[in-house]
Amino acid sequence: MTPTRKSFVARNPSVLYFLAALGLFTAIVAVLSEASGVGLISTSFVKTLGKTLCLCLVAIAMDVVWGYCGILSLGHFAFFGIGGYAIGMWLMYARTEIIVIDSLAGQVIPPTPQEVSDAIGNQIFGVVGSSEFPLLWAFADHLWIQLALVVLVPGLLALVFGWLAFRSRVTGVYLSILTQAMTLALALYLFQNDSGLRGNNGLSGLQNIPGFDDTGQDVVSIAFFLTSAAALALGYLLFAWITDSKLGNIIQAIRDDESRVRFLGYHVESYKLFVFTLTAVIAGIAGALYYPQAGIINPAEIAPIASIYLAVWVAIGGRGRLYGAVIGAAVVSLLSSWFTGGGAPSVDLGFYVINWVDWWLVLLGLTFVAVTLFAPQGIGGLFDKLVRKS
Amino acid sequence: MKSLLEMSGITKSFDGFKAINNLSLQIGEPELRAVIGPNGAGKTTFMDIITGKTKPDEGKILFGEDNRSLLGMSESRIAMLGIGRKFQKPTVFEAQTVRENLAMALRNPRGPFAVLFYRKTTAGAARIEEIAEEINLTDHLTRPAGELSHGQKQWLEIGMLLAQSPRLLLVDEPAAGMTAQEREHTTDILRKAAETRAVIVVEHDMEFVRRLNCKVTVLHEGSVLAEGSLDHVTKDPTVVDVYLGRSDAGH
Repeated sequence: MTPTRKSFVARNPSVLYFLAALGLFTAIVAVLSEASGVGLISTSFVKTLGKTLCLCLVAIAMDVVWGYCGILSLGHFAFFGIGGYAIGMWLMYARTEIIVIDSLAGQVIPPTPQEVSDAIGNQIFGVVGSSEFPLLWAFADHLWIQLALVVLVPGLLALVFGWLAFRSRVTGVYLSILTQAMTLALALYLFQNDSGLRGNNGLSGLQNIPGFDDTGQDVVSIAFFLTSAAALALGYLLFAWITDSKLGNIIQAIRDDESRVRFLGYHVESYKLFVFTLTAVIAGIAGALYYPQAGIINPAEIAPIASIYLAVWVAIGGRGRLYGAVIGAAVVSLLSSWFTGGGAPSVDLGFYVINWVDWWLVLLGLTFVAVTLFAPQGIGGLFDKLVRKS
Repeated sequence: MKSLLEMSGITKSFDGFKAINNLSLQIGEPELRAVIGPNGAGKTTFMDIITGKTKPDEGKILFGEDNRSLLGMSESRIAMLGIGRKFQKPTVFEAQTVRENLAMALRNPRGPFAVLFYRKTTAGAARIEEIAEEINLTDHLTRPAGELSHGQKQWLEIGMLLAQSPRLLLVDEPAAGMTAQEREHTTDILRKAAETRAVIVVEHDMEFVRRLNCKVTVLHEGSVLAEGSLDHVTKDPTVVDVYLGRSDAGH
């Protein structure tokens, strides 16, 4: 080590500011929530904020894979959705099991395990005209296995997909299209009724945590909110450490000129695969925290457009700086739910009434164009300029 | 002088056009060699083939004392065997500092996990200082490479090659776009590098080649037309024909 080497925090002051801001925000929300008794922030809004934190987490993953490594993946929301499905299967199974056992408890003859299993199957799959448990649900009654799948399935899918794509040296727009195809294929598969995951009904009732029926949603929502904040903090630290390391130098070099990196002796494909897979795993974790707060997951969640939104957030927030991705995801997704949720007042122009539910996407599109033209570094870039001036 | 790189009978065609035609060439260690030739003589393809970017249709390339064949090896493996390449257009990583650029090139383990957990060493830092001095960039180590002048970028790229500690250095038009003073310094860097290793310089500029004062190989239509000292090859009637013929037709 050279004597002039500064500490990690000194080299990355934004990490400290970010963690302080996140900690303060989390504390304020927790104190003002219904769970604490103050109730200034409604439980449904706590859920919205908790979901937003998960979106920030998947956005920093997107920033690492795109902003730092230059791989414009338009499929990372597929990994997010897979994480949600993996945890959703356990939530739905375990809760249905409790309900079924309760309802069968009144019978004179105690039900056999087969009868219990059939009844659960009927409850879950009746909606798609089946009562058989598909093979996919083999481990649905084991929380730990499903938690492992939250990490393993997105990781494995990204590993196989990335290995095939990167070794064939698919780059640029072709890779983006390929990732769109991947998420579209997955969504179309899940839309089928016999996919084993309830087709377009998806998994629902995920906000009810099995075994915590007596705990109110106000407490559950705060627990998930705090967990999401902790996950975002840890994710931020992990990515800040990675991008600060020499590996961070290499992946930025790959972004700027990958063939030059090859002639330096680096096996570019391994680096891309590492980043692609790691960010997919983090996206899966973010999804597993998001969907219990949303309460429902269905295949529409991983439609190709979702992954494009993710790229738009990161672009608006400012690529290549982690806090930029956080700002972009938080601002755009909160504004989006405000505008589309009817929160924004309609604008009466006399001859035409602008109804934001219809016009929000136009506004978002215009904002995206404006950012691309006038602030290519995004909101984070403007922020950087301000900091440098002062 | 033993031979470090041996190419024999290399042929490569693109859509029927023979970019390289039965090319044979040997480079010793240490040696400084200039490769010249008119446009389209196959100079870039020649470098692409050695560094593994392009696979030849026929022929052999052997490297090192154990005569390892380079055919079928990936670019990164060939680079790790000890062959470094400098491109015609300076390609440094502009968003990163001069020090970071050099640190990436330093000869260290190249796997993602080794790199992720890599800690800077005093030996590495000292080596970076040493190279920076050689390429006149000591005062610019903390600047982003994108801020450097054109000539400084060329030097930085040569410095990155030196940091790789290659046994064979392939340098494509190092003096392009440089001032007279910068050219002189570039000549010094290359001559010094060639004291301990093999250096192949592909160059257009005869004045610069003359200053290198080394053996010259003339490429024409993908094969070796003449080889020897610059005076020897410029007197060769076929070389004169090729150069004068081309320049008459071209301008």
